[in-house]
Order: sequence, then structure tokens, then C-alpha cells
Amino acid sequence: MNFLSQYIYYIGAFGLFFIGLYTMLTKKNLIKVIIGLDILDTGVFLFLIAIGYSSGGTAPIFSKSVTETGNMVDPVPQALVLTGIVIGVSVLALALALAIRLYEHYGTLNLRKIKEQRW
Amino acid sequence: MRKIIAIVLLAVIVMGISLAVREIPFGKTDTKVGEYYLNEGKEETGAANIVTSVVVNYRGFDTLGEIAVLFTAAIGLGAVFGSRKKKKDAEEVEKSSLIVYTGCRFLFPVILLVGAYIFIHGHLTPGGGFQGGAVVASAFLLMYLTCRGKRIRDKSNKVVESLGGLIFVGIGLVGLIIGKGFLFNFLPKGEFLTLFSGGIIPIIYIAIGFKVGAELTGVLDNIIEESK
Amino acid sequence: MNVIIATVLVLVMLVSAIAALVFKDLLNAVIALSVVSLIAAVIFYLLQAPDVAMAEAAIGAALVTAIFIIAIRRTKRFEE
Repeated sequence: MNFLSQYIYYIGAFGLFFIGLYTMLTKKNLIKVIIGLDILDTGVFLFLIAIGYSSGGTAPIFSKSVTETGNMVDPVPQALVLTGIVIGVSVLALALALAIRLYEHYGTLNLRKIKEQRW
Repeated sequence: MRKIIAIVLLAVIVMGISLAVREIPFGKTDTKVGEYYLNEGKEETGAANIVTSVVVNYRGFDTLGEIAVLFTAAIGLGAVFGSRKKKKDAEEVEKSSLIVYTGCRFLFPVILLVGAYIFIHGHLTPGGGFQGGAVVASAFLLMYLTCRGKRIRDKSNKVVESLGGLIFVGIGLVGLIIGKGFLFNFLPKGEFLTLFSGGIIPIIYIAIGFKVGAELTGVLDNIIEESK
Repeated sequence: MNVIIATVLVLVMLVSAIAALVFKDLLNAVIALSVVSLIAAVIFYLLQAPDVAMAEAAIGAALVTAIFIIAIRRTKRFEE
């Protein structure tokens, strides 16, 4: 139980990272590869937020009841992950648009068949 | 064959990472930059949400770069799909039923209002420009799914998106003209925990909210193609 | 108690990610991906980051799923 309470979030983050990387390396369909890219992104963001956590901490927002910085978590990784999520979705949209154009040009989305075609 | 190579490679990486992660303690942070932002952020910026003041005030230049990346992706998507003629005459689209149509007309302004509330109060409660912009884009997605046959106007969308970006860069340049630096916080701080506090932070987040909402709506509009 | 909730959530997230890898019907794989995004949003909230949880829920669970489904509709539905 002690081992779990220390490392459970790291296991989750790196599990997602490896599942995403395995999908990108071995699958043949182009849309499956793009799904693997999204899973990999989510794993990395989870790892970044898990690093900035401090036990017993609270969210870094002041309000009428929380008026001094007693024990707040680190705000810098949250700003980095906010930027990362937006950039991830824009890369995904552009990748899917290029996949649609590939399908209309070659007639298939199988990566082995596309690589074998000559000019 | 390819699967065996992939599994061996991943096993090697698993060994390496599990040896490295063992050194990182979970739950103890001793970073000096985070402590400085937490201790000094209340007096220097006047915003109640420390993550907002880090994103807009202390690291505002990174936010400008992120908006540039989003803009480039939207333009690239328009360029990939733009070389075909848009059919201006409406084809025969099957109309949705009365209940779905009425529900869409009731829900659409409510969702827009929730999104606008999220990005206007970005410096007081959790939220901000990017989250509010995504909620606004999902209101337009609801309109595309239920009231079929209606599209948004291209010109108004592009005008709103460009104005949002111009206001952001313009406010940064005003700080440069005064003589203190790009994106300097020159408006008065105001009273803590009210709406008009934080200097230029609410203005920048409103501009970002409009820009991200219009951009994601443009992406959806480019990728949908009406058919039977 | 907190550890038990976190363990259950991480297990469901990993099983759903493996399901997104294995399914042959691409529509099912996209729905498994949106389940991963939703559970990641809940875990972000448990790690005391409400801004990031709101961004991941709004962008990852609504807009990414919609863009994937539109792209699948314009190409093939089944993986070969």
C-alpha cells in the first residue's frame, strides 16, 4: 500500500505513454497512429501535473476564505500543461486534414500500401 | 517481426525510466520559482488566480507563441481544403425533427453565455481564455449537428479572429511605447477580488477567448462537408 | 481512501487505452479515446489543478472526438 500511494500516478502516466508509443510503432492504419499520438500526449501531461503536487496542498487560487499562501501546489507546471493541451489539439486537427487528403488521393489508408506505390 | 522489435525497445525504455523515476519523490516540491510566484503574485499583479497571472503576466510571451501556433494550424487547414469549389447552392439536406430543432434554438445562447462567463472571470475563478473559447466552439458544434443546412458566415468569423489577435499584440505594444517593456502591466491594479482588477489581464483574456472560439469554429467549418 | 480512488481510476484509464489500441471498428476506438480524456480530467482535479481539468474536459472530450468522427466519416470506417 505504501508503494502504491507513492507511485500510482507515475505508473498511470507512463502506462499511457507506452501504450501510445506502441500504437504509433506497430499499427498500419493512419487514423490508429493519430489516436496513439493523442494517448501519448495525455500521458505526458499527466506526468507533468503529478510532479508539481505537494501533499496536503490546495489549488493556487485566492478567494474569500483562502487569503494567504499556506500550502499551495506549484503553479508553473499547470501553465505549461495549459499551453500543451492547446498545441496538441491543433496538431491533431492538421494531421487529420492531411489524412483525409491522403485518402482522396490514394484510395486507401493502409501505410504499407501507400509506401509501396511508386511515383 | 516489427512487433518483436517494438516490444524489446519498449522494455529497454521501461527499465531506464523506472530506475530514474524512483529518485523523484512524490508530494514534495522544492522549487524556488513557484514559491516566488505564489508569494509575490498577489501584490504584483492583483489577480486572484495565480495560474492566470503566470500564463498572462509573468510568461505572457509564451502565450503569444501558442496563439501563433494555433493560428498557423488553422491557416494550414484552410489551405489544405481550400482548393475545391465550395458549393454555394444548398443541396437537399434532410431536416431534423421539431423537438431537436427547438432544443438547439434554446440551448445555443445559453452555452454561449456560459462560455463568455468563463473567459470574462478568468482572473477570479478557475477558467480563462482557452477554456471559454472551447466552450463557445462547442456551442457552434451543437448548431452544426442539429440545425442542418445552416453555415456560419466566413467573413465575420475571420474578422473576429483577426481582431482578437490584433488587440493582444496592440496592448503589448502600448507597454513598449511607454518605455517599460513588451506586455508590461500598465493599468491600475484595482481592488482585490473584484471584476476590474488585475490591470491588463481581463482585457487580454477576453481577446484570447474571442480568438480561440472563432478559430476552433473555423476549423470545424472547414472540415465538415455537407452530403446526404 | 484517496489511494483507493486513484488506483481504480488509473486502472480504468489503462484498460480503456488498451481497448482503443485493440478495437478494429474505428468508431469504437474513438469513443474509448474520449473515455481516457474524461478520466484524465478527473485525475487532474484530484491533483488540485482545476484550470487544467476544465481545459482537458472541454477540448479533449468534446472537440477532439467530434473532429475524429468527422474525419472517419470522410474516409473508411473499418481498419483493414
